[in-house]
Amino acid sequence: MNKYPVWLNVLVVSILIAGILFALPNLYGSAPAVQLADADRNAISEGQLDNYVRSLSNDGIEPEDAYLKDGRAVIRFNSIEDQQRSGELLRSRYKGEANVALTLAPKLPPWVRAIGLNPMSLGLDLRGGIYVLLEVDMATAIENRMRSYEQDIDDRLREARIRHRVELRDGIVTVRLTSADQLEQVRQIIVNADPNLLIGDGADGRSLTMRMTEAQIKERQDFAIEQNMTTLRNRVDQLGVAEPLVQRQGVDRIVVQLPGVQDPTELEKILTATATLEFRMVDVTGDSSGSRRYPGRDQEAPQVLMREVVASGDEIVDAGFTFTPEGQPAVSITLNSAGGDRMLANTQQNLGKLMSTLFIEWREETVQRGGVTETRKVKTEEIINSATIRGVFKNKFQITGMTQLEARDLAVLLRAGALAAPVYKVDERTIGPSLGQDNIDRGFRAIQIGFIAVIFFMALYYRWFGMIANVALLSNLVFIVAVLSLLGASLTLPGIAGIVLTVGMAVDANVLIFERIREEIAAGTSPQAAINSGYEKALSSIADANITTLIAAIVLLAFGTGPIKGFAITLMIGILTSMFTAIVGTRAIVNFAFGGRKIASVPV
Amino acid sequence: MRLIKHKTTIDFLGATRRKVALAVSALVVVVSIVSLFTHERPLELGIDFTGGILLEVGYPEAADLEAIRSNLAEAGFEDAQVQRFGADNDVLVRLAPQEGIDPDELRENLRLTVAAGTAGVDLRRVEFVSPQVGKELTERGGLAMIIALLLIFIYVMVRFQWKFAAGAVAALAHDVVVTVGFFSIFRFPFDLTVVAAVLAVIGYSLNDTVVAFDRIRENFFKLRGVSAEESMNTSINEMLARTLITGATTLLVLVALLLFGGESIAPFSIALIVGIVVGTYSSIYTASATALALGVNAQDLLEPVKDPDLIDDLP
Repeated sequence: MNKYPVWLNVLVVSILIAGILFALPNLYGSAPAVQLADADRNAISEGQLDNYVRSLSNDGIEPEDAYLKDGRAVIRFNSIEDQQRSGELLRSRYKGEANVALTLAPKLPPWVRAIGLNPMSLGLDLRGGIYVLLEVDMATAIENRMRSYEQDIDDRLREARIRHRVELRDGIVTVRLTSADQLEQVRQIIVNADPNLLIGDGADGRSLTMRMTEAQIKERQDFAIEQNMTTLRNRVDQLGVAEPLVQRQGVDRIVVQLPGVQDPTELEKILTATATLEFRMVDVTGDSSGSRRYPGRDQEAPQVLMREVVASGDEIVDAGFTFTPEGQPAVSITLNSAGGDRMLANTQQNLGKLMSTLFIEWREETVQRGGVTETRKVKTEEIINSATIRGVFKNKFQITGMTQLEARDLAVLLRAGALAAPVYKVDERTIGPSLGQDNIDRGFRAIQIGFIAVIFFMALYYRWFGMIANVALLSNLVFIVAVLSLLGASLTLPGIAGIVLTVGMAVDANVLIFERIREEIAAGTSPQAAINSGYEKALSSIADANITTLIAAIVLLAFGTGPIKGFAITLMIGILTSMFTAIVGTRAIVNFAFGGRKIASVPV
Repeated sequence: MRLIKHKTTIDFLGATRRKVALAVSALVVVVSIVSLFTHERPLELGIDFTGGILLEVGYPEAADLEAIRSNLAEAGFEDAQVQRFGADNDVLVRLAPQEGIDPDELRENLRLTVAAGTAGVDLRRVEFVSPQVGKELTERGGLAMIIALLLIFIYVMVRFQWKFAAGAVAALAHDVVVTVGFFSIFRFPFDLTVVAAVLAVIGYSLNDTVVAFDRIRENFFKLRGVSAEESMNTSINEMLARTLITGATTLLVLVALLLFGGESIAPFSIALIVGIVVGTYSSIYTASATALALGVNAQDLLEPVKDPDLIDDLP
C-alpha cells in the first residue's frame, strides 16, 4: 500500500526539475546595461551588434556581454560608469539610427539565455518609473471626421451645381436645399460619397441630415486609438526608455508605462501635446474667402493658405524617407482613398502651384482669469514645408525641397506624429527608485519571515509530516516564480502580497490531509490505511476549498486594474501550484518514506 | 503536537449559544452599518477612489509636519492633508481633486513647496488620479463584490444545496460588512488593495465554510438517526482543529506582512487579518446556523434516486 508507480514518481521529479529550471534565471541578479532599438523599428542584426561592440572597444570599454533580444541589442557592463559612458558614446554615434536606453539586464549565463529562459520582470512599483493612463478625446476625433464629410459633400454639391447650405452641429451634418426637387439627387451624391452614412430627412422637407453609424464611430474610435498608440510608441522610443509599454485599455484609453523614468515633466512634453498635419493650397492672390496667413517654422516662409484642406494627417497611411531619382532627399507619402481622391482632383486643378504642409499642435495651458485658474486648449499652427506641385498624383506622392535631416524628421513626424484625436491624462503614478528598492526589500523580508514562521509551526505541529509539507511549500514558491517567469508576468508589491498569502493558505490542503489521518488513526485504522484514506477523503474538501478561492481570484482578475491584477495573478498561480505540491508532491514523499512497508505508527 | 484536543464536544449550535452568536453578529453588523452611515465620510477613501494628488516625500531627517503644513498653506494649498507615513522622515501629502487646474503644474508647485528649505528631499512617489477614474474604480469594486458573491452562491448551490448556499453567502456578507465596517470605525485608509483583500477574504472565509459543509454532508449520511443540529455540531467540532490551524498559519504570514511589508501594504494586511478572524468565526457560527435556521436536513442532500423499473417500462 501507498506506493506510487515509477512513472508517477518520475513525473513528479521531472516537474520539479522543470520548475527549478524556469525559476533559475531569477537567481543571477542584474547589472547595468545599454539597450539599442532601431529607430525605424526594424530588428537589429548581428552585424550591427558587432559594430556597436567594436565601436565601444575602440574607446577602451569592454562589455561583459552583448546579445540580441526581441530585435533589440543589449550590451551589459561591469560598472555603472561604463554603462553611462557607453550610453553617451552610442547615443552620439548612432543618432537617428538607433534609440539608446540605459537599463538593467539580467546576468544570465549564455546557456540559460540560449534556451530562452528569462527572469520575472519587476513591476513599476518595484523598479521605479512612471505609469500614465490616457484617454483619447473621441468627441474631437468624430467632429474632425464629420468636418471632412461636410467639406466633401460641399465640394460635390458645388461640382454638381446644386444650390445648398451645409452645416455641422453636434456631429450631424445638415444639407439645406432651396427646393425639394433635387433632394433625391443630393441623397444619391451622399451615398456615393460614403454609402455607410446614416441619411435622414429634415423636418422642413427640403433638407437632409447625415451622421455616422455606430459601426463607423467604432471604427473611427479604433483607428484613433491605433494611431495614437503608434505615435506614442515612437515618441516614447525616442525618450530612450528600455522596456516601455504602450497598451490599449478598454474602449478609449491607453496605458503608458515607462520603467526607470523619474521626471514626469520629461513625459509631459511628448504626451500632452497632440499634433496633426494638413495639406493646403497656398492662396497666391490672398483673397479667397476664409484664407488666412500662417507663420512658418524656423526658416520656412509664412504663407496665406486656402481654407479647404486637401488632405489631413489622419488620412496618411504611410510615410517614409527616400531619395528622388535625381538624388534629392524626399518624403514619400501614401494617403487613404478619400484623401487620394481629393489629392487627385486638387493636383489636376492646381498643377504648378504651391502646396503647403501645415503642422497643428494642441497643448493644454493654464490661465488665470479674474482670480480663477482654468485650463484651456491652445492651438499652434505652423507651416513646415511648401512645395510646387510638379505632376498629377493621387494617393502616393513625394515632398521635396528639404535637407536630408529635415526630410528624415518630417517622415517620422508624418508617420507617427499625426495624432488624429487629442489625448488627456486621467491617471498618473510616479514611483521613485528608492521606494521601488524599499518595496522589494520589504516584500522579500515579509515572504522570508512569513515562510520561516509557517515552517516552524508545521514542523512543530505535524513532526515528520510537517517537514514534508514544508518541502511542498518550498517547491510551491519555486513553482510560483517559475510560472511567473514563464508567463513573462511582472511581479508587483500586491503580487508579493499574493505570494505571502499563498504561503499561509497553501498548507491548508496538508492540514486537511493530516488532520484526517489523525482522525483515522484515532478511529483505530492501521497506519498505512490511515495515510491512504487521509489523502483520499480530504480530496473533495481540498478541491471545493480551492475552487471557491479561485472564483474570488478570477473575479479579481476580471474586474481589477493594475495593482489588483498583480495580486490576483499570483494568488491564482499559487492556488493551482499548491494543489499539485500539497496533494501529489507530499504524497510522493510520504509514499517514498513510509509506503510499502510495515510501520508501527504514523509520525503526524 | 496538539493544541486542540482530539474530540471536542463544544455545542456550537445549541439553542442558547446560537442566540448569543446571533446577537453578537447582529450587534457587530449593526455597529458597522451605523458607522458607515453616520460618518460624514463613511470610509477614509484613498485617492484611487476620490481622485486627487498624493505625494510621498522622504526627508533626510524627521520631518516637521507643522512647517510643511504652513509652507503648503502659504503656497495656497490650505486643504492639503499632511501626515507621517510609517517612518518619522516619511511624509504623505494629499490634495483633493482641483477643478480646472493643470495637474502637471499643480504637481510641480507641490513638489517645490514640500522641498522648500530642506536639502536632499526624496520624492518617493507621486500619484495623480482624476475623479472620473476614481468613480469608475468604485463602481467596479462594488460590482466585483456582487459578482463574486453571486458566483459563489451558484457554486455552493450546485455543489450542495440552496440552504447551504444561503448560509455561505450570509456568512460572506457578514464578513464583508464587518471588515469594511472595521475600516470605517477605526478610520484606516481604504484603498484599492483593501478591495482586493476583501475579495480574498471572501475566498478564504468561503474556503472555511465549504470545508465544514463538506463534513456536514458526510456526517448527514454517516450518522443516521441523529438530528441535523447534532450532526452539524459534530461536523464543526471535527473540523475545528483544521479551521484554527489554517487560520493560524495564514495569520502568521499576514502579521509578517503587516510588520515587515511596509506602510503601503499595511491596509491590505489589516483588512485580511480582520477578515480572517471574522471569517473563521462566521464559518463556525453564521454559515451553519443560517443553514440550520432554514431547516436544512439530510433529505436535502440526497440525490434523487432513479427508479430502475422506469427504464424497463419505456417502450
